Amino acid sequence: MAMTISEKILARASGKKTVEPGEYVVGKIDLAMIHDLTGPLMLKVLKEVGYDKPWDREKAVIIFDHQVPANTAVTAQLHKELREYAERHQLINFHDVGRQGVCHQLLAEKYVKPGMLVVGADSHTCTLGALGAFATGIGSTEMASVFLTGELWFRVPETIRCMLNGEFGIGVSAKDAILKIIGTLGVDGALYCAVEFVGQGVEKMSIDGRLTLCNMAIEMGGKTGIINPDKKTLAFAGGAAGAFVSDEDAEYSKTFEFELGRLSPQVAMPHSVDNVKPIEEVGDVEIDQVFIGSCTNGRLEDLESAAAIIKGKKVKAGTRLIVIPASQQIYLEAERRGYLRDFIQAGGVVCNPNCGPCLGGHMGILADGEACASTSNRNFIGRMGSTKAKVYLVSPETAAATAIEGKLTDPRALLRRR
Amino acid sequence: MIVTTLKGKAWILGDDIDTDVILPGKYLVLTEPDDLAKHALEGLIPDFYKKISPGGIIVAGKNFGCGSSREHAPLALKYAGVGAVIARSFSRIFFRNAINIGLPVVIAKDANSQISQGEEVLIDLERGTVRKSDGKVLIAENYPSFLLDILKDGGLLQNLKKRFGEGKL
Repeated sequence: MAMTISEKILARASGKKTVEPGEYVVGKIDLAMIHDLTGPLMLKVLKEVGYDKPWDREKAVIIFDHQVPANTAVTAQLHKELREYAERHQLINFHDVGRQGVCHQLLAEKYVKPGMLVVGADSHTCTLGALGAFATGIGSTEMASVFLTGELWFRVPETIRCMLNGEFGIGVSAKDAILKIIGTLGVDGALYCAVEFVGQGVEKMSIDGRLTLCNMAIEMGGKTGIINPDKKTLAFAGGAAGAFVSDEDAEYSKTFEFELGRLSPQVAMPHSVDNVKPIEEVGDVEIDQVFIGSCTNGRLEDLESAAAIIKGKKVKAGTRLIVIPASQQIYLEAERRGYLRDFIQAGGVVCNPNCGPCLGGHMGILADGEACASTSNRNFIGRMGSTKAKVYLVSPETAAATAIEGKLTDPRALLRRR
Repeated sequence: MIVTTLKGKAWILGDDIDTDVILPGKYLVLTEPDDLAKHALEGLIPDFYKKISPGGIIVAGKNFGCGSSREHAPLALKYAGVGAVIARSFSRIFFRNAINIGLPVVIAKDANSQISQGEEVLIDLERGTVRKSDGKVLIAENYPSFLLDILKDGGLLQNLKKRFGEGKL
């Protein structure tokens, strides 16, 4: 029977030859990740159970990323509890301050291989589907169950296929593509489904771009975003060639096609991720703060694109620029290549790798009435602080151009002027 | 163990109620359910926990609980006094989390257009029905039996206790 990559991975993990959408299976987990906000709740559950030893110390990963270093005594206490847990069970995959970074980026850099079944106690775990894994987010109690048993039930999802044709024009990137897709499908357009990205546009896309694409599958309700592994994937993540790819005659519940060559920079307007407009239609929107970072767009390629626009220019007076690389590895490389210097000399702030203001934790919380252009993934009411603030989701290129002009700006205008 | 029939007053909400309005990110450092409850739905209805009658039933549109995987969101609702959530559809992670922490969630297609604010409704989880105050019965989606069992246990924690609790290993 022909199967999609998602079905093949779920079949393998549940010890079956084939599975079909709608079927319930119990899968053996290859990797399970908690972070500093969902981890403590899992520990609380384990404490109540009265048993807390992880099923496999090599498959459990703990990453500090949401509020790092600790910003309050309460956060410090949560960090302490996780630190003690990691120590007590000698968990080798523990990322304390100094080894921290946005969890999905660290999972991509260090742990995930094609064909794996990955769960994370964070909704953006779907990011890792970019490496050909089936990766999805779960809650803390469920993660407690995974830590004890190494298994989890799944309803095999239907798969929606998004075919991306052509290539990006200058100043347009993966973030614009995924915003366009979400704007088209809607915030529940992929509810309970796997979203498989295929086509020439995906093949030509870098791993960084693919991670951005899959990262936001959850914003349309997707269980995971997923991309069939190819040479680029294997060069980045390792793993065996052709292990799990969709069969040519696999069944999809729906197929959508998008032309990347015709795509303009996109903006998700407040307060919904599917409230998407091309930059030409947003009008004059003054911006108080620009945030470049997060599990969506804190990668090297994102910083490179933003730095190329910002280098030698100044951030507009009255606008704040906050840049947060997603991992220590990216931070170092961006430093070596001079991008961090470009941001700082332009009048921006560069913070250490972590989630920063994306979910309103710290490092750039918004006040009443403020507007933020952010490369992150959610613009819900109150997401980045005040419930009276507005968040506009954009690409790193648009964010950089916006920082210079102080209002939402088409990056192509600045790039063409060169 | 919880009962599988629930009665409560309806509280009507719209579509795409996300986890950031159910429980804003700044409260994720809280782990005590009663502390979380004070901020339930704060992004939309400040002091919701004081306004909802105990056992009240949220009746919402599509995609309820979209966004984050934070289990703090269903916990906040449950401890604010919400007895169950009926919606046209749920985000996947919220649906799982709610069952796992013992907050019944019911998928009923037309509930939020047919039920009015404050109306008393009766949910029968086992039969998959929602009875309105005028006696009209709305059909809800049935649970797979293993999920109903988790709800009957009062959540996954009780289920885990049975399997891994004291003396089990």
